[in-house]
Amino acid sequence: MFENMDSANLKFVGKEADRPDLVEKLTGEATFVSDMILPGMLYAQLKKSPHARAKIKKIDTGKAAKMPGVRAILTGEELDIHIGLYIVDKYILAKGEVRHYGEAVAAVAADSPEEARAAADAIEVDYELLPPVLHHMDALKPDAPLVHPELGKYSYVKAAFSPQPGTNIANITKIRKGDIEKGFEESAYIVEREYSCPSVQHVPMETHVAIAQWGFGDKVNIWTSAQSPFTVRNLFCMAFGLSHNQVRVQIPYVGGGFGGKAGIGVEPLCAVLSKKAGGRPVKFQASREEEFSLLPCRCALNYRIKTGVSEEGKILAQKMEMFWDSGAYADYAVNVTRASGYSASGPYEIPNATVDAYTIYTNKPYGTAYRGFGHVEFHWAIERHMELVATAIGLDPLLFRLKNALRPGSKTLTGETILPSTGNVVKCIEEAARRIHYGELTKEEKEREARTGWKIGKGVGALQKAPAMPSFTATAVVLKMNENGTVIANLALTDYGQGTYTSLRQIIAERLGFPLEKVKIAFESDTDRDPYDWQTVASKGLFLSGNAAILAAEDLLEKAYAVAAEILRANPRDLAHDGDRIYLKHKPEEGVSFASIAIGYAFPNGNGIGGPLIGVGRYIAQGLSNLDKESGQGHPAVDWTYGAHGMVVEVNEESGEYHVLHVVSVYDVGKAINPDMVRGQAIGGMMQGLGTAICEGYIYDKDGHLLNPNFTDNKIPTAKDLPMKVECAVVETPQIDGPYGARGVAEHSMISVAAALGNAVQKATGAEITHMPIRFEDVWRALQDKEPIDNWITKSPIGSCRSAPEMRPGIIRNKG
Amino acid sequence: MRVKLVVNGQNYERDCPEHKTLLKFIREDLGLAGTKEGCGMGECGACTIIMNGRAVNSCMVLAVEADGANIQTIEGEASGASLSDIQKAFEKHHAVQCGFCTPGMVMSVKELLSDNPKPSEAQIKEAIEGNFCRCTGYTQIIEAVQDLTGGKEKGGLDRV
Ligand code: FES
Ligand code: FES
Repeated sequence: MFENMDSANLKFVGKEADRPDLVEKLTGEATFVSDMILPGMLYAQLKKSPHARAKIKKIDTGKAAKMPGVRAILTGEELDIHIGLYIVDKYILAKGEVRHYGEAVAAVAADSPEEARAAADAIEVDYELLPPVLHHMDALKPDAPLVHPELGKYSYVKAAFSPQPGTNIANITKIRKGDIEKGFEESAYIVEREYSCPSVQHVPMETHVAIAQWGFGDKVNIWTSAQSPFTVRNLFCMAFGLSHNQVRVQIPYVGGGFGGKAGIGVEPLCAVLSKKAGGRPVKFQASREEEFSLLPCRCALNYRIKTGVSEEGKILAQKMEMFWDSGAYADYAVNVTRASGYSASGPYEIPNATVDAYTIYTNKPYGTAYRGFGHVEFHWAIERHMELVATAIGLDPLLFRLKNALRPGSKTLTGETILPSTGNVVKCIEEAARRIHYGELTKEEKEREARTGWKIGKGVGALQKAPAMPSFTATAVVLKMNENGTVIANLALTDYGQGTYTSLRQIIAERLGFPLEKVKIAFESDTDRDPYDWQTVASKGLFLSGNAAILAAEDLLEKAYAVAAEILRANPRDLAHDGDRIYLKHKPEEGVSFASIAIGYAFPNGNGIGGPLIGVGRYIAQGLSNLDKESGQGHPAVDWTYGAHGMVVEVNEESGEYHVLHVVSVYDVGKAINPDMVRGQAIGGMMQGLGTAICEGYIYDKDGHLLNPNFTDNKIPTAKDLPMKVECAVVETPQIDGPYGARGVAEHSMISVAAALGNAVQKATGAEITHMPIRFEDVWRALQDKEPIDNWITKSPIGSCRSAPEMRPGIIRNKG
Repeated sequence: MRVKLVVNGQNYERDCPEHKTLLKFIREDLGLAGTKEGCGMGECGACTIIMNGRAVNSCMVLAVEADGANIQTIEGEASGASLSDIQKAFEKHHAVQCGFCTPGMVMSVKELLSDNPKPSEAQIKEAIEGNFCRCTGYTQIIEAVQDLTGGKEKGGLDRV
């Protein structure tokens, strides 16, 4: 919509604009759920499993029940409620068996957090240890223990997923395109490698927290630090068999989400405790340790890729096998698998391809959505693979990328044809390369090398991502005019810092032709008040809600014009408006102010017409289809955002230490509605990506105990980890159906950062690193030609989880 | 124990158990919830306040240790209807996303600038190293401080 408007004709779109939420956040006025205290509120604490897998033989709550301040105690035995997003596989409190370290087995609500803690500690649990299955590759073995023996009994979303009862496989996604046998047959080179990455934590600065009150007549009120109010409500109602008009979910300011708060979390736990405590509100806030082990993380991945390339460097065939570690529950992991499956090749055209992507249960904290929805993990693999294939066949990696990049006319893995308006990945790659002076060292860089003795290397990494969402994903915006002619927009898409509300405000002001100050976006979301939105995920917010906002503004104007036409006794077509009034085009002095019609107009004699002006905009994704379960063919993507990073590193070849000297990120955003906001997303995501590239990851011992659930042992980047120079730029190829031509950019900035780093390190030193994070010792070991130490990966009791030795060296067969 | 202190220029006096942290005391007993808890272990800096002129992690200080102290929190940063210069610079540079690290971040910058009105980039990074921000990637925060102290231009987004 309005995708081809000249910037000169745009007042707010594409320009700088203040963020309306900043003053509250900067003064400490912004209220987060963690700040909220309700009258009569109780505090919950949990008893958690110290084991990865065990039978719960007995839970003794007797001592705890007698402790001061205790108002309610619950164990899994008392609850028979399964919760789940795509596969309904999880109890609120473990029942019969614990499936991961840190899983909740009992809960206490008490007058104070300290009393609740003391009582939870006094609960005694008798376990019988069972052998856990810890690595996802082990979980595929025929003799592996089953994490969910009842998998066949769970309900699940049948249109999209294929759980395999009797195994640990929660889902398989398959893609079949072209004739892969023939493709390999015709290839001059075949290169096969395996790549992997561990589970990581989202680390929102505000941990998961909710307050729930189970009131009289089963009326439930929930306040939660979550991304998607309607999804919390829907899943909650489904789990408890309540009507949607009995449950109200409110979301105030949220201290970060990154996908970890996309679905339902600790809300049901608070609600059942509140019910047991006679309806008093109950608050539960995860400790930082619980954020790591009770709440979900990002899935680990092993990715095997076999690529056939022609003599000229064109990819002819690619076999892709993804093994995703879902942990104990399927949550979003099954959909991560699906979305990664259809995007598995990255932004390249592969004429003959197969993808087999598996979601695998293990006895570890469960995996969920995390910024990028699988794309950070598999782009690590695909973009390292592109580098290694190019190096192996003696082609420059940049050239190899450009030879195979998607262009207009290319077909994606699911058979979608790329159009000129889809976006321009070639331009992103070229621009990133140009800005880092790819393929050469500048004079300063040469001097620096000479001075330090460290080797400088440059690499690029490209990326693509489309929103992973149901084909019929919908949203709405309601725009209400106030008595003085200002407007307030209600929507249930949440803004936890991305800045979407700022951009939507600009879009609404633009379409209404009102000054920005007249437009307010209501900040807190509320399922009783706001119109439906599916979820705040997938970088789809600006696209869908932006279109809905345009339509709401148009609806409001149409209604205002109808009233004005009646008052002015004119045809609506002869009317025009500014920020204050609607007037006759041919006689501008004759008009009515918006204020005079905002809540209904009164003629001088007192007769009223009109009524409160409310505009409604509804938008649903168009033209998408389910993927065929056998071939994966179909249309899953409402838009593709492409991008590329260029990275410059200097590496000490003796010690393996390195510094990132320069990062350039380029995205084709269609239209940068607010350049500062795009830059904020670009740099913030790049740093988050760099964190997982350099240091983050879950470490377990051989029994499945998580060893680093804290910031001392699981570092995240600080200001000192910033690269010396950070640059970002945008390409703007308008998305025809995007609001003012825009497409989303939020997750994308995190994707391929690790791969670009790996590629630059390889350029500098030759180190072939295939596992992330890339720690200094990994570089050193790679340079010494030593095996990587895989303490990031659990070695399970029934065998190592490493990739098979034959997968490690690149196998090259030159048939030419 | 009885704790008497000054917060943002106001006198407070309360009974307080000995084990209570200053963070919880400020948030729960004094009702100043602008200061946040991100870890409760002295690792993230979300709880940073200024105590007797020094930025401290208030989760690592017992309230009783703060008896007699002079404390500043985010709630005291703006004066009347106008934001402080630090707040204005953060606003201009979009140095805030979710806002959860922001109160602590502002306090660390405040301490830095009171000691060193013209910090180098390295000194700014050093000063906020203990304040985790998961959203912004720090760049716009550093630019805000540089703008405030050296008139550095606002960072831009190139269109190609
Ligand atoms: S809450 Fe005090 S340092 Fe994290
Ligand atoms: S703005 Fe979210 S943690 Fe800093």
